Amino acid sequence: MPNAEGLMTTAYLVAGVLFILSLGGLSKQETAGRGNIFGILGMCLAVVATLGHPDILGLTGNGETTALTIGYSVVLGSTLVGGIIGVLLAIRVQMTSMPQLVAALHSFVGLAAVLVGFSTYLSSGAAHGAEEVARGAEHYVHDVEIFLDVVIGGITFTGSVIAWLKLDGRLSGKPLMLPGRHLINAVMALGMIGLCVPMMFIPEQGVLYLGIAAGISAILGAHLVLAIGGADMPVVVSLLNSYSGWTAAAAGFMLENDLLIVTGALVGSSGAILSVIMCRAMNRSIWNVIFGGFGAGPTGPAKVVEGEMTEIETDEVLELLQTVKRVIIVPGYGMAVAQAQQAVHSFTRTMREKGVEVRFAIHPVAGRLPGHMNVLLAEAGVPYDIVLELEEINDDFADTDLVLVIGANDIVNPSALDDPNSPIAGMPVLHAWEATNTIVLKRGRGKGYAGIVNPLFLRDNTRMYFGDARDSMEKLSAGLRSTKAA
Amino acid sequence: MKLGVPAEVREGEARVAITPAVAKKLIDNGFSVSVERGAGTAAGYPDAAYEEVLVTLVDDAWADAEVVVKVNPPTERSDGTHEADLLPEGAVLVSLIDPAQNQPLLDKLSARKATVLGLDQVPRITRAQSMDVLSSMANIAGYRAVIEAAQCYGGFFGGQMTAAGKSPPARVLVIGAGVAGLAAIGAARALGAEVRAFDVRPVVREQVESLGGTFLMLEFEESGDGGGGYAKVMSDEFIAAEMELFRQQADEVDVVITTALIPGRPAPKLYMVDMVERMKPGSVVVDLAAANGGNCELTVPGQVIEHGGVTILGYTDLTSRQPTVASQFFATNVVNLLADAGGATDWSIDHDNEVIRGCLVLEQGEMRWPAPRPAPPPPPPEPDPQEEVETVAAPVPLGKKKDSGSGVWASVIIFALGALLIGGFAPAGLLQHLTVFVLAVFVGWQVIWNVSHSLHTPLMAVTNAISGIILVGGILQAGSGRLDAAAILGAVAILFASINVFGGFLVTQRMLRMFRKE
Repeated sequence: MPNAEGLMTTAYLVAGVLFILSLGGLSKQETAGRGNIFGILGMCLAVVATLGHPDILGLTGNGETTALTIGYSVVLGSTLVGGIIGVLLAIRVQMTSMPQLVAALHSFVGLAAVLVGFSTYLSSGAAHGAEEVARGAEHYVHDVEIFLDVVIGGITFTGSVIAWLKLDGRLSGKPLMLPGRHLINAVMALGMIGLCVPMMFIPEQGVLYLGIAAGISAILGAHLVLAIGGADMPVVVSLLNSYSGWTAAAAGFMLENDLLIVTGALVGSSGAILSVIMCRAMNRSIWNVIFGGFGAGPTGPAKVVEGEMTEIETDEVLELLQTVKRVIIVPGYGMAVAQAQQAVHSFTRTMREKGVEVRFAIHPVAGRLPGHMNVLLAEAGVPYDIVLELEEINDDFADTDLVLVIGANDIVNPSALDDPNSPIAGMPVLHAWEATNTIVLKRGRGKGYAGIVNPLFLRDNTRMYFGDARDSMEKLSAGLRSTKAA
Repeated sequence: MKLGVPAEVREGEARVAITPAVAKKLIDNGFSVSVERGAGTAAGYPDAAYEEVLVTLVDDAWADAEVVVKVNPPTERSDGTHEADLLPEGAVLVSLIDPAQNQPLLDKLSARKATVLGLDQVPRITRAQSMDVLSSMANIAGYRAVIEAAQCYGGFFGGQMTAAGKSPPARVLVIGAGVAGLAAIGAARALGAEVRAFDVRPVVREQVESLGGTFLMLEFEESGDGGGGYAKVMSDEFIAAEMELFRQQADEVDVVITTALIPGRPAPKLYMVDMVERMKPGSVVVDLAAANGGNCELTVPGQVIEHGGVTILGYTDLTSRQPTVASQFFATNVVNLLADAGGATDWSIDHDNEVIRGCLVLEQGEMRWPAPRPAPPPPPPEPDPQEEVETVAAPVPLGKKKDSGSGVWASVIIFALGALLIGGFAPAGLLQHLTVFVLAVFVGWQVIWNVSHSLHTPLMAVTNAISGIILVGGILQAGSGRLDAAAILGAVAILFASINVFGGFLVTQRMLRMFRKE
């Protein structure tokens, strides 16, 4: 029999490298598909290697075949059930609901980590009771590791569940602002950490303390996310993504498993970077997002904006469309809500066939998930080389005949640049107002997620085209085709 | 309200202030409209057309009118009477007025206790665009200038290659890219000419280019923007450089259209005799500023002259040469202005209305011109002093957060202490894992930074799947073969983790397949 331990370590090493390659691959369109394959290979390798672990093969303990069979059937059974659920979720999910799915998946990682933590504590706790050995540093360290795994897992779990509820619209997007909420958080965090001490030194009641700590961490996670407004959800989702990684890393320390540590660290830093990118896109610090909530930062009253929205009808839009040469479409969450991406694509195709240059400008925080708009447009079939980022396209608005803003608001709000007291002051925005004409597709006259007035809508060269975004875009596409035929 | 429209008496004027279509609008809005017989005939609007929309045709539109609308300022009629004297006492006059040049006329109107709205005084603000007669007339004049030039020019405007030989496109130079200049550029381009344009305001470059013209640049830093779409008087050096440019251009161009006006001054002389003489015989100069003295030294207002084979058109009635459309635009501007003043039902001279106040010249005979300059837009709110102090210390663009140096140092110290603590007391196994952990964090940090924004969602989904690696932890717990609480918890953990693994990879695959390039 070859050295099982050595084989497994090697397999873990290769799996770790594959995961790195996977994340690296995902950073570019051309290599993204390959990246995903690497990830799958890494995962298969990791699982297979783990199934060959000495503990599981029973080489260290009772080597009976029945135990081996029981072990394998439990593992395979759970994997099968979970796998089927996962596949169904992945196949059924609408691209517009990606944020919810991602949040839900984060919560599973958190939950799994909590369960593994308890499981580990129970199996090692049995050992505590049996032998009255002097508890060395290793034991205390191990307890701390379990503790960390459970509380990080708990925060990730409930935080993600709340994020999922918010994104799914089952819970209001409004931040929950309890009085003295920072104090509540601090007390909970300290109390939770405090519980680690009795857990280490009173092993008989360890499970109880661990359980209470887990409960507190769950409440803490829920409360933290409840206090964050809907517009900040992209940051929260990436932050939870990061947490789920740290959870896995903590589990790795607990189980003394380097693969879990490596993978968790990779995912954790990946999520952290995404959060930082998102925060930069909104010109806010991560602390401001987590603890601030909107409206806490600015000092003075925001500028009062006066003026009226000017409506436009379908015929007039079509007339205008006949004359334009360069068009930029700015999609926002409203496009996702109205499921308008297909209609937008068919509109785009018709315009391009007429020889009009049509491009898309994507703001980093458009939608409720980083990159959400890109995925929706890709789903509809819009080629990705006409879908551009803020930095790539912002200078081009001035040379553009028409900007179509579809269900976006705060990301095209000029107040961010010219009103230092605006809640979104300093946030980079798309300069839609620099174009010759702007048409804003909007469901109604309401304010954006940030709850502030958008002076763009009141400008002389802006027209409001009210209605459901999908209906509106379909009307425009139909109108364009009929004028082309005539 | 009774509104009267007299026929224009100025020599050669073909326009009429109100067209039948607009008259109908006015009647619908409660005005009773009387038009002098034959007033619209020259503009292509016969009396019958007015009758059709229930306008009263009269011989004297001045009598009993409460509002008189006309095109030109009141002048002396052929029978020796002055139009201003015909205005009923206390009535409203709406017309071009040119108050700066027409003091005697204003005195006459003042004696009639007239209220005068000068159409040439409509402020150049966005809201008033639909009432701005000067712009709508300048647009027509610019177009007409090209048409007149084309008529005098012996060649094609657009180039042609035929069996009988080829003719290059005409080269047109437009001086001054205001409303008239831009209209001229557009019209000349539409005829196929090659158009260059010059303006002292560099900001109009884009507008010139948007119409297909080439903007001529001076190597000179001075903006000539005098506000309200007009230029200001430029420095001598600038003018010298400008002249040099025109001289060079004179050798090349076939048609020159000048449109340079500075408010309240005679038109600047920009196109000198020697430039005209450098032009090829058969070339044409159209001077749109002729009425204000002309931009070309040789221009004779109202006349066509020839100088060394070059024709110089000094027409002052270019808009009147397109009377149908000019009357239509004029009348529409007027009706918009009347509506802004409240129309027939809510008529009022509201001094708070920027547009009405702007064009109010006389009110009940009292001088109200010139209108006070509108207050400049309120300055952007001052940043609070706190922020300003900070800005002085280190200029940071609005909203950018500064890295606090002390924070960085504090974290370095804490980190160092933590490292000492762990290094000193932690068991060896932990240290080994910690090494792996820290290195992996750095690797992850390096690998992810380059991620393209459009892939954020797939990246997240794949990390979702990968963090399902916690599955391994579950397997270690559940796979031991025992059937105790620990194993059951492990099994449930496997279940959830595998949802992640399968769901995450699959949904990533789904998304990635959708991204396609064209």
